[in-house]
Parts: sequence; C-alpha cells; structure tokens
Amino acid sequence: MSARIIHIASNTFREAVRDRVLYNLIAFALLLSGAAVLVGQISIDIERLVVVDLGLSAVSLFGIVIAIFIGIGLVSKEIEKRTLYTVLSRPVRRWEFIVGKFFGLAGTLVVNTFFMAIGVFGALLYVAHKFSASDAFILVALYFIILEFLIVCSVALLFSSFSSPLLSAVFTFSLFVIGSFAEDLRGFAFMAHGFTRWLATGAAYLVPNFSALNVISAVAHEQHVSAQLILQNSFYALFYTAMALFGAVLIFERRNLK
Amino acid sequence: MPAIEILGLEKTYMVGFWRKRPKRALLPLHLTVQDGEIFGFLGPNGAGKTTTLKMLMGLVFPTAGTARILGHEWTEPEVKAQIGFLPEQPYFYDYLTAHELLNYYGQLSGVPGKDRKRRIDEVLARVGLTDIKGVQLRKFSKGMLQRAGIAQAILHNPKLVFFDEPMSGLDPLGRREVRDLMEQLKHEGKTVFFSTHILSDAEALCDRVAIIHQGELRGVGAVADLTSSVQGKVEVIWQGTEVPAAMKALGADCHITGDTVRAVVPETQQDAAIDALRRERIRLIAITPLRTSLEAYFVEKLQSSQTTAGTSA
Repeated sequence: MSARIIHIASNTFREAVRDRVLYNLIAFALLLSGAAVLVGQISIDIERLVVVDLGLSAVSLFGIVIAIFIGIGLVSKEIEKRTLYTVLSRPVRRWEFIVGKFFGLAGTLVVNTFFMAIGVFGALLYVAHKFSASDAFILVALYFIILEFLIVCSVALLFSSFSSPLLSAVFTFSLFVIGSFAEDLRGFAFMAHGFTRWLATGAAYLVPNFSALNVISAVAHEQHVSAQLILQNSFYALFYTAMALFGAVLIFERRNLK
Repeated sequence: MPAIEILGLEKTYMVGFWRKRPKRALLPLHLTVQDGEIFGFLGPNGAGKTTTLKMLMGLVFPTAGTARILGHEWTEPEVKAQIGFLPEQPYFYDYLTAHELLNYYGQLSGVPGKDRKRRIDEVLARVGLTDIKGVQLRKFSKGMLQRAGIAQAILHNPKLVFFDEPMSGLDPLGRREVRDLMEQLKHEGKTVFFSTHILSDAEALCDRVAIIHQGELRGVGAVADLTSSVQGKVEVIWQGTEVPAAMKALGADCHITGDTVRAVVPETQQDAAIDALRRERIRLIAITPLRTSLEAYFVEKLQSSQTTAGTSA
C-alpha cells in the first residue's frame, strides 16, 4: 500500500476520533451494562442468548449508523469545504484519496467494534459467570459484522463520490435495508415470472446480501458457523467492497471539483 | 525552459437541468510564464482566473488544450511534488493544529521525516504564525488561515508556487508581509504565479501580468511595458493656491489641493508652462510625464471588451 494512502487513512481516523465519534462507545456501554443487569434479574436460562443477541445487534446497529453518517461525507464534505484542493494539488492520485478515506473509516469501525466486543464479552461473563467453547463463534459473528461495515462504507463512499450527503444517506440506508432482506428478495425472484422475475433476480444479486452476513441469531443459540460460510462471506464481502470502491474511483476520477 | 506553458486550455461547463446548455468559463488560453518571474493573473471576479488555476492543479478537467509545467506534462504526479498551491479563501481540516496540518501535507508531498519538523517550524515562522502550538485551526482567524495556507504551499520547497488571491483576508500589514514573502521567493529562484484583482499588488510585485476577462485573455506583458505608454501629456506641480492666466491660456487642466496646484498640459506646451510659472516667480515642484497606470490599462482592456460586446450585440 502506498505511504500516501496510509497518511490519508490515518488522517481520516484522526478526524473521526476528534469529532468524538468513539463517544458512541459510552452509549453502547450504558446500554449493554443496563441490559446485562436487567436480563440477570428477569430471564431464566436464556441470559446468554439475550445478551449475545442484544449485544451483537447493538454492535451492528451502532457501526452501521457510523459507517453511513461518516461514509456519506467522506468525499462530499472535502469538496464542499475545499479541503480536497490542497490534497489533490500534491502528488496524490485520486484513487489513492478514495482508498485512503475508505481504510480510514474502516479502521475507525474496526477499533470501535473491538471495544464494543470487549463490552459484549464482559456482559456475557457477568450473566453466565464463565465462557463456553461456543462463545468463540461470537468472534465469527463480529467478523461478519465488520465485513458488513466494509460493504456499507464502500457503498456510502460510492454514493458520496457523485451525490449530496443527504441523498447518499438515503441511498445507502435504503440499500442496507433492502440488502438485509436479500434472501427474501431472492426467494421472491425465484417464485416470480416473466419480466418481474428478471427484474427481481437482477435486483437481488445487485444489492449487497447482508442477510448472509447476519449470523447473530444462530450464534446466540450456540449454533456452529461453517468454515465454508466464513470463506464464502469473506470472498463475497471483499469482492462487493472492491467493486463499490472501483465504482467510486471511476466516478471520482472524472469529476470536476468546481 | 518556461515554468508554465498553457497551450490552448479551455473549459466549457454544461449547465441547466439536462446539462445541455454550454457555458464557456475559459476560451482557449495560450500563456507562457518564464522561470523565476512573478507573474500576475489579473481579472475581475468571475473572469476565469480560478478555473485556470484549478485546471493547472488537476482539480477541473479542461474541455480542450494542454499545458506543460516545469517542462513536464501538467497531469504527471511528479510535477505536483515541485509545485505549491494556495486556493482562494483556503479552508483546512479544522480539527488539526497548524503543525499537524503541515505534517500531514508534508507526508503527502514526500518531505522526509527527519526534515519535516524543521521545515514546519521554518515556514510557520516565515508566515508569522508563531505561538500557535496546540491551537486547532477552527480557532484561527481568516488572516491566520490565509497564512497557514501560504505555509502549506511553500512547505515542501516547491520550484513553482500558485497563489489564488493570496492577499484576500489579510490586513494591510499582512498584505505587505505576503508581498515581501513573494519577493523573497523570487530571489530564491522560484516562480510565482498569482491571481488577483487588486491591481496595486500586481503593479508592485509582478514582472509580467496577464489580464483575463469573461474567460478571454485581453492582454499580457511586462508591467513596465504596459504602463510606459506616455499619453503625450505632462503633469506640472507648483507651490501656491492660484493658477496664472498664462497657464490657463495653455488649456491646462488644474486642480488645487492645499498649497499645491497640479496642472496637466500637452507635452508640446511643457516649455511654455515652465516659462509662465517663471514669469510669475512661482516655485515649481515637479514636472512628470503622464504614464498609463496598470489600473488605467486594466480598465481600458475591460471597457474595450464591453464595447466590442455591445457593438456585436
């Protein structure tokens, strides 16, 4: 990776930290500790299930919100505030800027997820008093959540490279919601006929398949996640992310910064 | 080798809802800036100065034409390592301090780590930004941001510096300091290309200027050449509060200010004017040929283009 990409990524990470993005961890900690105490009092034998389900869902939700709201401004804010002018007038290629921004946001989300994961395991230890072997799959669920973030970041960046922050937020959030029901969309496409089938199949494969990346419920119920699914999801998420980034670069390379 | 060769760069934006209506921001521009000179790019607001600079910086793509900077194709990233750029009304990452900002830009420009801190301290002192350690840019005044902008433009010791309205937002002292800095850069052998609509700055600083209006180059040349055209008149200044009758007879255009009188007479009447003052035993202060100021040249170029536009309409 070029040194310039690393510098741009570091600066993006620093911006997120200084904009107090990581303060969301306080809200997360409060939510999880409150839930752990409450669950300990009202549920019998399902404390683990509730804490894992709630904890991982919160990790996902908090991260997605950050990914969308920072991702949509990554490029447009730089153009609007003209901070980009003094960056691109240096020996920085436009694709390096896009990739650097992506890694900066992805890094922020990974650090954020790391701290939230500590919270989840802490809450789990509080309610279950010990860890079991199946808890290792929580790490797999967290890995899938990070893959989910990578896709959302790249999609937000793609929209941000040609539209306004508001529209980018609407597009990215819509795509996230549709992608969360990607399996249902594929089921619908399978049952449909004619042009509708063609259209639904196209849409089903175009939107990111977030439902395949969501193993929170399975992990909460102590079900195993197969190595094949881990491989498939890794390949799928990285491919989708790369394609979205490629699209963002293609658009941004041709954009006039008026 | 010229520092900048602009070879027919032009820009047309497509405007309107369907982006089908062309709007020409810059007509084909041919311009050469020599190595080591201070070159002023003059024009009123909206003339096409910033568009030209943005094209040279690779921020806006030209509709046609090309350019060479320091002997290379202007789009080559290697060229950018040798140029500095101050955008108009610069805005920076306001969560950073000036030191952090310059460190970031130094990294992007490839300034080696061991030299970076020294260079940052040097350029900040040079633009008069001292005692600002730990202060985030969001707390900077407009003038301080402008100074930080100049610092980032010269941080990596570029051979060629582009300034877009560098005096904007500065008080008279700040403007003087920037003028001094630009002269220092010239003495260091650097080429300075700056856009402005403040003609006194250009007149005081520039070796050559170009005047652009409505996207079209109206004139280019050395400031001395543009302002040296004698108008065939002389200005005679003497001490007193009255105009002798003989002077009035010469058709002098006289203005009394305090205890001095200024009269403009045709050059052919210069000797007669001096004789008239001698006869009246009036103390002569100065006789100077009237020359076209840069402002007069600028206004003339702008007015001639408006007249042409009016005639063709």
